[in-house]
Amino acid sequence: MQQFLNVTLGGLSQGAIYAAFALALVLIWRATRIINFAQGSMAMFSTYIALVLIESGQSYWAGFAAALLAGLVLGALIERVVIRPVEGGPELNAVIVTLGLFVAIQALAAILFGASFESFPAPFGLSGFSVGEFTVAFTPFSAFVIGSVVVVMLALVALFRFTDIGLRMRASAFNQEVARLLGVRVGNMLTLGWAFAAVVGSLAGLLIAGGNLVHPAYMDPVIVYGFVAAVLGGLESPAGAVVGGLLIGLALSYVSGYLGSELVTLAALGILVAVLLVRPHGLFSRTTARRV
Amino acid sequence: MTSPGVSETRYLGTRTDPAPLFAATGVTVRFGGLTALDDVSLAALPREVHGVIGPNGAGKTTLFNVCCGFVRPDAGTLSWRGREIGDLRPHRLAGMGIARTLQGLGLFRGLTVVENVMVGADRFHRSGFLSGLFALPRSTADERRLRERAWHAMSEAGVAGYAAAYPGSLPYPVQKRVALARALATEPDLLLLDEPASGLGHDEIEELGAFVRGLTERMAVILVDHHMDLVMSACDRITVLDFGRVVAAGSPGEVRDDPAVIDAYLGEAADRGGEHD
Repeated sequence: MQQFLNVTLGGLSQGAIYAAFALALVLIWRATRIINFAQGSMAMFSTYIALVLIESGQSYWAGFAAALLAGLVLGALIERVVIRPVEGGPELNAVIVTLGLFVAIQALAAILFGASFESFPAPFGLSGFSVGEFTVAFTPFSAFVIGSVVVVMLALVALFRFTDIGLRMRASAFNQEVARLLGVRVGNMLTLGWAFAAVVGSLAGLLIAGGNLVHPAYMDPVIVYGFVAAVLGGLESPAGAVVGGLLIGLALSYVSGYLGSELVTLAALGILVAVLLVRPHGLFSRTTARRV
Repeated sequence: MTSPGVSETRYLGTRTDPAPLFAATGVTVRFGGLTALDDVSLAALPREVHGVIGPNGAGKTTLFNVCCGFVRPDAGTLSWRGREIGDLRPHRLAGMGIARTLQGLGLFRGLTVVENVMVGADRFHRSGFLSGLFALPRSTADERRLRERAWHAMSEAGVAGYAAAYPGSLPYPVQKRVALARALATEPDLLLLDEPASGLGHDEIEELGAFVRGLTERMAVILVDHHMDLVMSACDRITVLDFGRVVAAGSPGEVRDDPAVIDAYLGEAADRGGEHD
């Protein structure tokens, strides 16, 4: 029973991170119909910026804020400079560009920050809360992970539902041509979409890193899990991505806790294949559109 | 072939016209070897409804696409309020005071009716890129004005009762009204209506005609449609296209009796009989 509780709690906090990462993928997919394979590398890069600041004596929170800001700028910059020229062309071109970025940013990080493992601090304790005589696998840092992901999600909901810019971003995502006719600067909205997505991705990068080791490829597994979570949610729906992230977190935690941690990646791919076979439009698709 | 010059002269000679609000002059568009529009001119006068008719493939929609910047003409100029528009880009259209509806409606399917209309009403509210970047909420006064404008346009088009619905759940004629409300919410000086009557029943078309006439109190309208009843009753002037050329232009009465029109448009429609929609 205690193990079940621990595995579940661990799964939830990992799942929250996958949810954030999946959300970043979904935001970009909705706006530009591109799967951003460079998301993990971008998050890694902004996390390294936080690490450099923290190692130079700044507080964790200064590094945290700088990383999110770096994510914002990096996202906007990459959309404007690298993605814009291939937008609207064949979809494969954009995918190849993001794969290229994935490799290039990792290489750049290895040159700038070194390719060795470095430990990344956590702002809160990493020992579990005690309930009676048990110690559960839920740490103050886990609470921070879940809390910050929830805050970011609520902020995104508020942005899309209640602000002017959110309305225009949604309009651009649904129909660029018509949005343009109505006076929306669609190009700016796409840049903003990438910027916000990169912030959410950077948050996922920071949370994964907290209390762990970072190196230029440390986000690679998260790309796989985040992608599976996004597909689980149907790629289109931010809410679906969140639920998908939590489900993947839980599932992988159970696999790791009961079957063996070496099976985690395999299980993620198994889930991906199963979802694509059974519900290709995601777990929450209302109608299965089938072309006859 | 009837020379467009002849009807042009008559068109310009019929009355002393006020300066056109919007004019296309000598517009030519080629798609590869196909000439979709050949030296087409059209002028929309303030507070008038200008109809563009012609058989399928005559170039009506291409002309509209030129007017809203989707298609760049190979030759010819566009002018707005007497000034030539050098580089017409679709996103500048709303700010200039031109709104367009589309044949395919183009409603945002994931946005509710009121949100759809609010995107249209947004042209007056320019929150800057930076304030957007930091997700500053709209000021309450702006928000209220935006909502008021959206509600006004919705009640005018008779869709206020569907505000919270998603467009996909509504019957087609209602969706058309939503698209119209969205265009009206930009408070345009010129409204381009692309086939507003398609998919509507007889009574709805009559209602639409009266509605369009009512709009002339505050804007000019250019409408493209197949429905002769609507075009003849609602329009002040009509331009008839056939194979990308202007074959006639003038008042409904003049156009109706023009042999070139009967030949090109009505004749063809009669020939094709039931095939025509």
